[in-house]
Amino acid sequence: MSVGIDNFLIVGAILFCIGLFVALSKRNAIGVLMGVELMLNAVNLTLLTFSRFGAGQHAIAGQTFVTFVITVAAAEASVALALTVSVYRNRDTVDVDRINLLKS
Amino acid sequence: MDGVAVTLSFWILAAVTLVAAAGVVLARNLLHAVLLLILSFVGIAGFFLLLSAEFLAMAQVIIYVGAVAVLVLFAILLTPHAGRDNGETRMAAPALLLSLCLLAVLCFVIQDTAWPLATGGGPGLSAADLGEALLTTWVLPFEVASVLLTAALVGAIMLARTPQDEAEDALA
Repeated sequence: MSVGIDNFLIVGAILFCIGLFVALSKRNAIGVLMGVELMLNAVNLTLLTFSRFGAGQHAIAGQTFVTFVITVAAAEASVALALTVSVYRNRDTVDVDRINLLKS
Repeated sequence: MDGVAVTLSFWILAAVTLVAAAGVVLARNLLHAVLLLILSFVGIAGFFLLLSAEFLAMAQVIIYVGAVAVLVLFAILLTPHAGRDNGETRMAAPALLLSLCLLAVLCFVIQDTAWPLATGGGPGLSAADLGEALLTTWVLPFEVASVLLTAALVGAIMLARTPQDEAEDALA
């Protein structure tokens, strides 16, 4: 019984695909954001897997990259949720298929 | 990685994380979806521990489980008339098809590639190593990240302000 690199990578791949489906299909803008967060987490898991298992001189680079991804994800979440609240205030909805002012 | 404990924790974490992520898709109430998302984040933090990235596991718990989840909950509670429905748009079927195709391709690639693996599972890295790398090799991206966070902070406050807030600031 042992856990190899492919087990971790497949968990990351499944998580990414769930996140992709959530981001593409949810009607609520906050739901879309949750999908994006899931995808970012899946990518972080994959990066750390390669950092742990991969052969190379720069294993610390994987952990550094994950640090920056977490930072940028936090910034993205704060701005995106502020945008959601701002859209709600002007249009009284956060449904992405009803935010269609530019549609002719 | 060998050992019964590691294998057992991997499968438990995988089950918890993936079931919680699937719950985000299936939950009908948006608040339930957020709570399941938090559970999924905790599972990811467990994976980080299993991959011997202790600092990042702690950062994951503080930033995602603590900050991002609270932000998402705030956003839901600040949009009361928008409804709590976690339904899909008309694009659900194409999105499902695309996700499944991507999953199939990724699984094929993962199984079919001979990964150049480190002998002995790679080196163990500590938080001290990460801190040293951040402040020597990657010091410029580190500083740029702080500028990005400041810009995001200011931008979020500007976007979330109401016209009443702006009028009060003009008087003050």
